[in-house]
Amino acid sequence: MATHLLRRRVSQILSQAIPCPTSPLSVGRAFSSATAPIRATLFPGDGIGPEIAESVKQVFRGAEVPIEWEEHYVGDQIDPRTQSFLTWESLESVRKNRVGLKGPMATPIGKGHRSLNLTLRKELNLYANVRPCYSLPGYKTRYDDVNLITIRENTEGEYSGLEHQVVRGVVESLKIITRQASLRVAEYAFHYAKTHGRERVSAIHKANIMQKTDGLFLKCCREVAEKYPEITYEEVVIDNCCMMLVKNPALFDVLVMPNLYGDIISDLCAGLIGGLGLTPSCNIGEGGIALAEAVHGSAPDIAGKNLANPTALLLSAVTMLHHLDLHDKADRIQNAILNTIAEGKYRTADLGGSSTTTDFTKAICDHL
Amino acid sequence: MFQGQMARRSIPILKQLFTSPSSHLTPTRSVTYMPRPGDGAPRPVTLIPGDAIGPLVTGAVEQVMQAMHAPVYFERYEVHGDMKRVPQEVIDSIKKNKVCLKGGLATPMGGGVSSLNVQLRKELDLYASLVNCFNLPGLPTRHENVDIVVIRENTEGEYSGLEHEVVPGVVESLKVITKFCSERIAKYAFEYAYLNNRKKVTAVHKANIMKLADGLFLESCREVATKYPGIKYNEIIVDNCCMQLVSKPEQFDVMVTPNLYGNLVANTAAGIAGGTGVMPGGNVGADHAVFEQGASAGNVGNEKLVAQKTANPVALLLSSAMMLRHLQFPSFADRLETAVKRVILDGKYRTKDLGGTSTTQEVVDAVIAALD
Repeated sequence: MATHLLRRRVSQILSQAIPCPTSPLSVGRAFSSATAPIRATLFPGDGIGPEIAESVKQVFRGAEVPIEWEEHYVGDQIDPRTQSFLTWESLESVRKNRVGLKGPMATPIGKGHRSLNLTLRKELNLYANVRPCYSLPGYKTRYDDVNLITIRENTEGEYSGLEHQVVRGVVESLKIITRQASLRVAEYAFHYAKTHGRERVSAIHKANIMQKTDGLFLKCCREVAEKYPEITYEEVVIDNCCMMLVKNPALFDVLVMPNLYGDIISDLCAGLIGGLGLTPSCNIGEGGIALAEAVHGSAPDIAGKNLANPTALLLSAVTMLHHLDLHDKADRIQNAILNTIAEGKYRTADLGGSSTTTDFTKAICDHL
Repeated sequence: MFQGQMARRSIPILKQLFTSPSSHLTPTRSVTYMPRPGDGAPRPVTLIPGDAIGPLVTGAVEQVMQAMHAPVYFERYEVHGDMKRVPQEVIDSIKKNKVCLKGGLATPMGGGVSSLNVQLRKELDLYASLVNCFNLPGLPTRHENVDIVVIRENTEGEYSGLEHEVVPGVVESLKVITKFCSERIAKYAFEYAYLNNRKKVTAVHKANIMKLADGLFLESCREVATKYPGIKYNEIIVDNCCMQLVSKPEQFDVMVTPNLYGNLVANTAAGIAGGTGVMPGGNVGADHAVFEQGASAGNVGNEKLVAQKTANPVALLLSSAMMLRHLQFPSFADRLETAVKRVILDGKYRTKDLGGTSTTQEVVDAVIAALD
């Protein structure tokens, strides 16, 4: 009991000793209070969601992470206050706790409601999507040396949803770039690079063709780059970027881009390391809200059969811990996951093994 | 068990040792191409050297054409990326000759000058851009069995160039999709697949988000697909497509895409098959055709490449082979392609982007020596 308290105190001292930048985006200090555990909202989701959420809870218990989960489920009726199946209480809970973890959600087909992801994004003002992509040692893909982060602007750009038919057979779609949103995501990108010890930030664009829109994005990135002289800043045209990524992904470090390019490039990078089943992802909102999520689908065909791979949700939970400045816990869990996969004895079916979810989780807890 | 594995692994190595390296590249003589009398008269082709490495690689093509005594002669015109418009005499020349070979034209970044590559395509209504990405024998890449043709709509979509600042700090850009353009690119893609014995056409889109715009594109593709029952048709969302390209590229055959996605997919496919330095391609419209380096025509290399003269001429050489075939000189096209592939297979003369140390001129000399 005494050693348990001592370990908690030491981890808290360590987490407070790590220098926190005083920018308003870092609210890590507010979380590491000495007595109360941190409350976090958990959306288990559909399909394989509940099973992998259970894995996360088990691993966190094993690592003694001071997090108390508040579980919320997607309702089966449309809540008129949010115009979707997510209730107002769920959203308020995330706003209050400032941190959350989301499993895969299947959007019900039909009209009259917004998609679940869109609801979360708009209501919580989630403006940046962060995906760390690094090759998992032990899971061999064609690319061994991937270690990059993609930061994608999540609110505007080509996905504004503003389309209309001008005349029959002619459709227009608007792409919007604003100074405010571009500055916000560029600020977050450089702040992230600085706090995680990254050396280079690359802005991806197509400003030779879309001169005003991507030109504005680049201008904002350049402004922010001047405030961080120790970080190298470069601009890469997107077609060059695609080609360099598939030829030599080690060339890139942190990538920051508008919405559409970010969507494509982040999925491309996920493909480089082994697919969406292994990729963590975290959405950052105004006021320091962080909602980590698993980006794969809900896989209804293997739901309930104890076959799902919880790696994506676990690694997303690790990014959530990094956001909370619980770096030592995060590293412990991450190393446990990587060691388990590297060992190769316990692997789920999609990684080529035959273990169940519970066996895999137990192996990770043993590695802690 | 270990010996069995060893034996199995050594079979391909043994096979390679016992067959000569160029035996499967020797063209078999065929006499099925029957020209009309007078087809051998030299054809004029407009040549635009372009910027930076452009003159270097187009010079390479000229040398090889001369060595082959190919029935083409080049009318050279100087165009540079920082000109405001493509000069009218160049456009007139292309309209007269119907065929053009071009090095890249660099676009100044964000400088208020619209890209000349795009301008040329719009003026001549070259609505289909084609890039053929395939593994070259002898060039090791991470992916095998790649043979993808990306057909990209070239005139509208995100490249309409219609942007304006609504209020300071807010900029809008219009993406325009029309049924007319979507239909003709779909028709071209299926026709290409039919004439080149390709089995599958995949439409790349993002219609789950851009429901009206990409939805219109997909509708046109589906309509045209019904007219070609022998060719399989499927659709894939662009982010999933990029993910599949880096993990399982052998599932793709012909891909038809709108403008921006086509740019990304073509560059990704070129990257996995060996790089944009080796992939041939061109732009074609109802009346004219312009052949250039397959993907990334705006990428004209940096000053170091120009100074050291180490640009890769393979892409433009293979594109000029496509041009020869387009002009109905199939035998010359075959000879050129075989020579280039032989040089790549030998591996002695390769430029820096393929992992070698040769200059452009050395590669050109090797290709000329390999011609038969």
